[in-house]
Amino acid sequence: MGSAVEQNVRAITVADRLRAQGISRRGFLKFCASTASLMALSPAMVPAIARALENARRPSVIWLSFQECTGCTESLTRSHSPSVESLILEQVSLDYHHTLQAASGEAAELARETAMQENQGKYLLVVDGSIPVKDGGVYSTIAGITNVDMLNEVAAGAAAIIAVGSCAAFGGIGHARPNPTGAMPVSEIVTDKPIVNVSGCPPIPTVITGVLAHFLTFNKLPDLDDLGRPLAFFGQSIHDRCYRRPFYDKGLFAESFDDEGARKGWCLYRLGCKGPATYNACATTKWNQGTSFPIEAGHPCLGCSEPDFWDMGSFYRALSIPTEDTTRTLVYGVGTGAVLGAAAAAVARSRKSKAKAAHYKVSVNDLEEST
Amino acid sequence: MTSVEFLAWVRGPMFQIAVAIFVVGVVIRLIEIFALGRKADLSEPRGGETMPGIVTVFRRSIPDPGTFKRSPFTIVLGYLFHIGLFITILFFVPHIELFHDVLGVQWPGLPTPLVDAVAIISIFAMLAILVNRLRNPVLRFLSNGEDYVVWAATLLPLVTGYFAFHRMLFPYQTMLGLHILSVEILLILFPFTKLMHFFTSFVARWYNGAAFGRRGVQS
Amino acid sequence: MSSSEDRAVNAFREQIDGPIASYLSSCVHCGLCAHACLFFTETEDPRYTPINKVEPLRRVWKSEYTFFGKLASMLGVAKKVTDDLLEEWEPLIYDACTLCGRCSMVCPVGNDISYMIRKTREGMVAAGYAPDGLKGATQRAVTIGSPMGVKFPALQVQIHNVERETGLTVPVDVHGADYMALLSSMEIMNFPEYIGALAKIFDKAGVSWTLCSEAFEATNSGMQIGSSDLEGELLQRVVDGAESLGVKYVISPECGHAYYALRWEGPNVLGKKYPFQVIHILELLDQLRLKGKLKVEDKVDEKLTFHDPCQIVRKGGVVEEPRSLLSLVASDFVEMEDAGVMNWCCGAGGGVSANERAQPLKLAAFKRKKSQLEALGAGTMVTACANCRINMEEGLEENNMQIEVIGLTETLADHLA
Repeated sequence: MGSAVEQNVRAITVADRLRAQGISRRGFLKFCASTASLMALSPAMVPAIARALENARRPSVIWLSFQECTGCTESLTRSHSPSVESLILEQVSLDYHHTLQAASGEAAELARETAMQENQGKYLLVVDGSIPVKDGGVYSTIAGITNVDMLNEVAAGAAAIIAVGSCAAFGGIGHARPNPTGAMPVSEIVTDKPIVNVSGCPPIPTVITGVLAHFLTFNKLPDLDDLGRPLAFFGQSIHDRCYRRPFYDKGLFAESFDDEGARKGWCLYRLGCKGPATYNACATTKWNQGTSFPIEAGHPCLGCSEPDFWDMGSFYRALSIPTEDTTRTLVYGVGTGAVLGAAAAAVARSRKSKAKAAHYKVSVNDLEEST
Repeated sequence: MTSVEFLAWVRGPMFQIAVAIFVVGVVIRLIEIFALGRKADLSEPRGGETMPGIVTVFRRSIPDPGTFKRSPFTIVLGYLFHIGLFITILFFVPHIELFHDVLGVQWPGLPTPLVDAVAIISIFAMLAILVNRLRNPVLRFLSNGEDYVVWAATLLPLVTGYFAFHRMLFPYQTMLGLHILSVEILLILFPFTKLMHFFTSFVARWYNGAAFGRRGVQS
Repeated sequence: MSSSEDRAVNAFREQIDGPIASYLSSCVHCGLCAHACLFFTETEDPRYTPINKVEPLRRVWKSEYTFFGKLASMLGVAKKVTDDLLEEWEPLIYDACTLCGRCSMVCPVGNDISYMIRKTREGMVAAGYAPDGLKGATQRAVTIGSPMGVKFPALQVQIHNVERETGLTVPVDVHGADYMALLSSMEIMNFPEYIGALAKIFDKAGVSWTLCSEAFEATNSGMQIGSSDLEGELLQRVVDGAESLGVKYVISPECGHAYYALRWEGPNVLGKKYPFQVIHILELLDQLRLKGKLKVEDKVDEKLTFHDPCQIVRKGGVVEEPRSLLSLVASDFVEMEDAGVMNWCCGAGGGVSANERAQPLKLAAFKRKKSQLEALGAGTMVTACANCRINMEEGLEENNMQIEVIGLTETLADHLA
């Protein structure tokens, strides 16, 4: 890659590619409309999106996979049938992605360096996986380069960074206690570039394409929440959009996975659902081409798009349950209180006995009138 | 500290610290009371102590008509916020889950819109209670710093809980964290303040009922 | 023990017990007790809020009997009991409290506030902070034998008068009698008809009774001033008298605090059970009524009501007896508002009547009884406490109210069949 041929290919617009793939104009506009709606943009923006996408040149994308499980890539590529979203992904010039690329070894690294040089300051950097920094970052290296060095090097020339998945966004499982590798999210290492966190374990593919569409349309990143996530997708909690919400409000809960409540589709809060504290679009965009999402399949939300969700106590204990053993604290507390209380009581009783021993006997002599 | 780290802290170590201070303090104070004890009463009793004591424990929750007529505002507000606290604390399902985890017992919850309405009523009752405390000459005279601190510490969990439930003011994790923190502040203040009446008023009522019962009067 | 502060603090330390610790732990400053106290309702002075009156006792409890209070006193931030405090609180504890116990009935957390005020007085008197009038009365009670300075010869004169009027013998120092009757010096001096009433009723009912020349005084200024030492000294005279005559029962007269001191505090103050039983005159009369030994030939026709003496009814438990007796002797008996265990104090109990300084406050507090009576429109008020009676007569006169106050025992005696 990186030749004159590649330059020609890049001159072809997204719209051209879509037509070549057999996507009709009508289908394309429908995609633009649904993207606008997902991104919470006004319907008036649809023509602008369409125009932008039609004329967009393929941006160079460098995808770095660090301490990760490849689940994020799986999520994006494992569609059962080709979708418009997946096609959008194909429209970018994925210049480096060590799972998907054919090249390996030095050729692969050369591709990365070439893409960086040719698109200095303009390419998009996508990162999945956390970055181990402990002991000089030795716990994960690619071609002898530690993840942290590679991230710093590639991020320096990027226009923006998309941290895909909860590991890149928040540290994910690598960052979970006791975090043996000193895993960090991208945002703690790179502080001088615009970063979008597309969290989730894995993240929803539509959200990634939505962010890309937004970048292609407006040449800037979408509005973000306080955790750096695109507000359009992370603005509402699973709980607030959950189809089981009416059961929560009525106080109808499944108490176990095979009771009547579970069969009737009642709320899974008591089975540990973290929906109330989880911001993501699962309940609206759903998974597997809109088939369902975990709660629909009868499983409580794990809260995978939230920071440190691994450390928030059991997946199967309600959100309101403290993460540590309160019963033990209670028992030890009663014991300690009993010991201290007995000591305090002994002091008080001896004080009272002493006072009684020192009793001042009131006599008529004490009744002298004061005047 | 991010909102999530904050939430993890209040749900984790901070909760245990608060519960420990609460339990240790309450146990100390109860032992102090019972260890002081009562001297055996040598006068010949006219009536029993145990039953009148138990009756007073319950009966004192209902004001005598004369007192109600003279201080209806104080009494109605007192009822409203005590019942409101009782319902919101004990019958909101997430709270029941907490009790289930700590104490091993659970009970059915109430529909959330109902708990929500009760919370609103309690919040307004608490605000009216402050106004009453500031305006009523007796209450203003009796009140010290502790009364206002305890008032605030009681109101905060209601307000933060309400905001968290409705996703107001701050992102949910922050608000939920603040809600839990406010409860922890309440737990920590508990053994040091008049909040102890939650436990000791039943002891006091019993002693009162027993003392009067012995003399043949149901107090 | 050197300073007055130390004496007060030491007495408070002695008095604080489990009930007091639970009461003081429970107060939420709701202020409801204020509205149960006639000193507050009639003056609206918030200092008279009952729970405020125990502040000196509370400080000692807080700083010495609570773990956290002790920490605070180690850090030097605890509030101390000082002479200034005791001086400031003396009028609240003695002038503005009759130990009527009404606050103890309404406190929503169950505080027996009048019990605490009684205990607080122990420290006050030990430190010398008590009203002069009450000090004088107590001094006379201990040295002369009666707060009003009445000695046995004075009683003898009254006995002689009664015997002449009734033609009955008033037994004195009769060994082996069943009942030993006590009197209050107010009855001796102001209402000697009580003695005659006893003679008439007991004669008709065939009750074996006696007075005791060594122990005829029932009132106990020691209890009112709050000194268990002096209270015990006065009670011991009664116990000695009763033991020397070998009686089975001691009859408390129509006097509230005398009954409370003798019946409820006595054995605890003296540290041992009595070798006799204490019975209030109304209890005895009601027993006679039930046995058919108390019959009346006619009834009082005019509308009358009953004032409940606090120490006999609310704090003493003699609640139904006066009502049964009144229905025996009155055809138009009406209850005033809040009658029974929730009735309002006359305003002069608990040593207030002996305390000249408290006179204006006492008259202000009487407005409560006044409005109760005005609402009722009864021409006669029966009561069963000489102290209530004197105070109400004074209050009614002050307010130009034409209501007759009479004692229940005499009323019964007057209509005896």
